[in-house]
Amino acid sequence: MFTKELLDQSSQMRKKWEDEVKKIIAKNADQKDNWTTVSDLEIKRIYGPEDIKDMDFEKDIAYPGQFPYLRGNQATGYRGKYWTFRMFSGMGTAVETNKRWHLLLQTGQTGLSTAFDFPTLMGYDTDSPKAKGECGKCGVAIDTIDDFRDLIKGIPLDKISTSMTINPPATALWAMYCASAEQQGIPLSKIAGTIQNDMLKEFIAQKTLMCPPEASVKLISDTIEFGTHHVPKWNTVSISGYHIREAGATAVQELAFTLRDGMEYVEDVIRRKGLHVDQFAPRLSFFFNSHIDFFEEIAKLRAARRIWAKAMRERYNSEDPRSWWMRFHTQTAGCSLTAQQPYNNVVRTATEALAAVLGGTQSLHTNSLDEVLCLPSDHAVQIALRTQQLIAEETGVVNTIDPLAGSYFVEALTNEMEEKAWEYIHKIDDMGGMVAAIEKGFPQMEISDAAYKFQQQIDAQEKIMIGVNKYVIEDEKIDIPFLEIDDAVEEEQLQRLAATKRKRDGRKVAECLNDLAAACQKGENVMPYCIEAVKNYATVQEICDVYRDVYGEYRDPGIY
Amino acid sequence: MADRRIRILLAKPGLDGHDRGARVLARCFRDAGFEVIYTGCHQTPEQIAAVAIQEDVDLVGLSCLSGAHKYLFPAVCSLMKEQGADDVIVIGGGIIPEQDMQGLYDAGLKALFTPGATLESIVDWINNNVTPKE
Repeated sequence: MFTKELLDQSSQMRKKWEDEVKKIIAKNADQKDNWTTVSDLEIKRIYGPEDIKDMDFEKDIAYPGQFPYLRGNQATGYRGKYWTFRMFSGMGTAVETNKRWHLLLQTGQTGLSTAFDFPTLMGYDTDSPKAKGECGKCGVAIDTIDDFRDLIKGIPLDKISTSMTINPPATALWAMYCASAEQQGIPLSKIAGTIQNDMLKEFIAQKTLMCPPEASVKLISDTIEFGTHHVPKWNTVSISGYHIREAGATAVQELAFTLRDGMEYVEDVIRRKGLHVDQFAPRLSFFFNSHIDFFEEIAKLRAARRIWAKAMRERYNSEDPRSWWMRFHTQTAGCSLTAQQPYNNVVRTATEALAAVLGGTQSLHTNSLDEVLCLPSDHAVQIALRTQQLIAEETGVVNTIDPLAGSYFVEALTNEMEEKAWEYIHKIDDMGGMVAAIEKGFPQMEISDAAYKFQQQIDAQEKIMIGVNKYVIEDEKIDIPFLEIDDAVEEEQLQRLAATKRKRDGRKVAECLNDLAAACQKGENVMPYCIEAVKNYATVQEICDVYRDVYGEYRDPGIY
Repeated sequence: MADRRIRILLAKPGLDGHDRGARVLARCFRDAGFEVIYTGCHQTPEQIAAVAIQEDVDLVGLSCLSGAHKYLFPAVCSLMKEQGADDVIVIGGGIIPEQDMQGLYDAGLKALFTPGATLESIVDWINNNVTPKE
């Protein structure tokens, strides 16, 4: 990167600076000995040319839209198009969530993102005993296509892309989306959106579980194959680090485990479906966390793009640049927010959102200030959305692409994140891949170690959370409007489900479910069978029960 | 004879998978010298009560972040009571709004810990309030 003269000059000047520092700290010690990121990565007092001297401009940095895409996938950056302002929302019944969606679209949101309630997320209907007390609490309750049609009422499916945070029952919910679009006369080739559909991170972190890992990966490969042939604008998997981070992982662990999960899916589709990597890889998408440590997050996102581009080209011999692009959504860190002094959360979220933008995200959700306490109120959601709009339209950070490139510190930290991530990736390769590593409990234990260490550091005030372990207000009265889902929602949803069950042709439903079970047993792609089943009003749970019967049920081993 | 250690069942009732708090506490309790049984996510109140009785624990710690604590926590308490295990202390943690707390105490929970509680404060509470059974 630099001439020998410059490096010599820098080294002399650095020496002088170091001597000066030594003199000063001999008299006045630093405020503390260790300066580390939130992930406990040690940061130096200063970075200079010598820290990035081994970088090769063409190979390691280059320009946006050029390999290795460190500086972004799009040549025009945010001048061409801002990231998608995509706020995650959903609560109560489909009708209520649909109202919130229309409100969000009116206030300038450009994409939709669905939060489902726990029974839906886990593949249980509202009338299951396991669902009692949970209906509509953390998201919208969807049991049948009748609910789904109410959810998307008045939303132009060929214009607005919709993301659905759904994992074990992803095939069922995507089938509802496909069937609803067809019924509206919109061809599958026109609909755009995302299903999260990333089960590996569920075993590692989020724990919405249904079937064992191997069968779960098979179902995901089915969706990737179906999307490749029939729904070309759909992102069939959103390979997620968000939940891994929230479970307590470090930034490096989030990066490494997420990318290794992505590699596992790529390898499975190639092996199981016989597709060429470039037939499906352009539709793989990613989802990262943006935590409070500003530069660490920027470095992580930049490193993610470079690692993926290299992996696609070198590990999988991909030849299509669209496969090399890592496209990702980002969400600010829920776990960085505090119940104490909740208005401080606006500042945290703004900082994290700025890091995501400087890291080049293509889509962003900003958390609301009250999310630690309850479902977000309309007003809190508006502040969160305005935070994004303000970054885009007032701060000027969008004027130039990847403005931190070439910073000694940012490039050195980006390199460090990449190196440490590859170490993990190779370690997991040596274990036989991510499914094998999960079965050994490896990523789970690494995350537990990090989470426990962080909590101990918080208790010891080695890491600071304002309002929690510093600047605490004793007997603080938290005064924010509180949104709560009425228990009447459960009763209402039970009635909706009962009404759908009454009107449907029970024999036809049973036939569809038998066909689905036979497809599972034969190893066929389940998607066409799911679409037929939901059109005939099969419920989310009925479809998931077929999977649980055929593939077996997976229970959380409770690793800590 | 050496003192019996405090025996704790940590459990996550319901469908919620946010287990960071439970896992961190499991480690912390182990380091604090307690005996810990952690049964993982997605336990029904019936399963939790059965394990608590079978394993003869001194304390049950429930963790829930989904908002379903109002139904799930009291369900565990009443099942334990029905089965004659009301000597086992039940405590809870998670995102529990202030206005729900009294109802949970009335249902039989002895302590509730919310975000920001230190590990030390939880361990201290247990040491001060739980005596291992003979």
